[in-house]
Amino acid sequence: MKSALASFITVVALGIVLMFALPHTTDMFGLMQMTVFVVMAIFALSQGFIWGYGGIMSFGQAAFFGLGGYTYAVAAINFGDSTGAVALAIIVPGLFAALLGYFMFYGRISDAYIGVITLTVTVILFNLINATSGDWYTIGNAPLGGFNGMPSVPTLNMPGDPSTILDPEQLWYVTIATLILVYVLLRGILASRLGRVIVAIRENETRATLIGYDPRLYKLITFIIGAMIAGIGGCLYTNWGAFISPTVFALAMSAQVIIYVLVGGLGTLLGPILGAVLIQWLISFAGSQSAVDSNLVLGVVLVAFVLLVPQGLVPVVRDTITGFWQRRAGTGSEEQKQTTRGAEVRS
Amino acid sequence: MSTSSVPLLEAKGLTMRFGGVTANEDVNFLLREVELRCLIGPNGAGKSTFFKMLTGQLTPSEGKVFFRGQDITGAKSHEIARHGIGIKTQIPNVFNGLSVHENIFVAAARNKSMQQTKRIASATLERLGLTGIAHRIVGQLAHGQRQWVEIGTVLAQEPELILLDEPAAGMTHEEIVRTAELIREINKTQAIIVVEHDMQFIRMIAKTVTVFNQGRILIEDDVDVVLADQRVRDVYLGKQAA
Repeated sequence: MKSALASFITVVALGIVLMFALPHTTDMFGLMQMTVFVVMAIFALSQGFIWGYGGIMSFGQAAFFGLGGYTYAVAAINFGDSTGAVALAIIVPGLFAALLGYFMFYGRISDAYIGVITLTVTVILFNLINATSGDWYTIGNAPLGGFNGMPSVPTLNMPGDPSTILDPEQLWYVTIATLILVYVLLRGILASRLGRVIVAIRENETRATLIGYDPRLYKLITFIIGAMIAGIGGCLYTNWGAFISPTVFALAMSAQVIIYVLVGGLGTLLGPILGAVLIQWLISFAGSQSAVDSNLVLGVVLVAFVLLVPQGLVPVVRDTITGFWQRRAGTGSEEQKQTTRGAEVRS
Repeated sequence: MSTSSVPLLEAKGLTMRFGGVTANEDVNFLLREVELRCLIGPNGAGKSTFFKMLTGQLTPSEGKVFFRGQDITGAKSHEIARHGIGIKTQIPNVFNGLSVHENIFVAAARNKSMQQTKRIASATLERLGLTGIAHRIVGQLAHGQRQWVEIGTVLAQEPELILLDEPAAGMTHEEIVRTAELIREINKTQAIIVVEHDMQFIRMIAKTVTVFNQGRILIEDDVDVVLADQRVRDVYLGKQAA
């Protein structure tokens, strides 16, 4: 319990240090690149939460990311103020997940088909938004633009003050603060009764049912929380480029986020964050070298991890560190070892 | 007890068919408040199917189940659990990836404040002698210990009726003796139905025994009468009941 609290405080502290240190140590290009990496980390957290803790295998988390992005774009253009648009970018994916999740979980759809359905929904949304070119497809003042997407989306302004637009450095602060906030929120949920029941259902749905919990409800709640987080990610993604296009719904987006989680470590929160940043950095590095195709890099990374480090980075590093300390202490009894392994499952 | 006229549990004409196979046929069963009942019978006699119908894991083809006079036939498992029926299943259903403490904690937490939950969890751990291994991961424990963890999750939800499907399976003799003691102690406040094959164990705890054979109730009487019955002996030796 104590070590879990210590690691939580360390992660938050490191996040805050990075938040304030980065603008002083890198140029504007580097800062903007890190901003989009952090956006992807938020997206990765949504997948890591529902999959790693809720045991829900969604192949279509991009649907909620894209919905968040498009909702923000449409709302911001219509309102001329980002405050309400941000709220909508969280609410709309949440409602969509509530509807979709209700049919999936209360319809007793099996795990494999949940993967198929979420995947299909993403493909449908991709084709739907792709087909919205022309003046006819306009929501209020906002043309959806079909395959070309929506350019010049008004970016974040000070809450309630549309005349003060945030500059890229301020957007960095907002983005990474959001990531830290989402992390803290998820840690809080996992420590609460709700989180413990969510994990218990992942461990054994039958037992959870027999002690009086309705797994359908808890899975639905998990799914909605995940969708809302993905929505925030999508909203910040639109803000990063002042632009959004149907590629956010592309299969590559859903696949990428799964790879972030696998590489970083399933069943952890830090893992998806590090996985996202690391892989995004690797892809952009490979892209700038233009020697190898970035998709090839992604593929090689995935294959290497599945074969060599199937549990992901964070669990491996954590085991190595605790093993090192136990050897140094020399007195690491079996009891203590079991305790740290317990903490690992929880973190 | 004010509800003494109404039985705690009543099954009327309970029948379960899987296609052409009849697992239970016309089972009529009555259990009083705070009663201890043992169910015995050869493999495939329909004991576990009967338990599954009581806990909502299966919906009976025919017949009704009443809990304190309330019809719970076909209710969802979690709803039945909330009425106050807890079950330890034949194949242990525990949260393998979680610690012993967390298993008990989650079971105790439903509809209770954090303080109450913590109190119940630590009392349950103490009662089962699991306090020393509270932080071990359940998946790494020995079979007998995992059985106790599961019994712990059942107790922690504080049910009125506890169903135990082969609680002594895979236990050493000492563990069996302890389990028998535990069952007698639980029975001071809660009703229990135990399914078991181990006759020694049955003799340790039983008052009234119900014998299942081929999906039906063969005989229901005092333990000594039942175990002396020729038909029961025949059933266990694999002969057809006369």
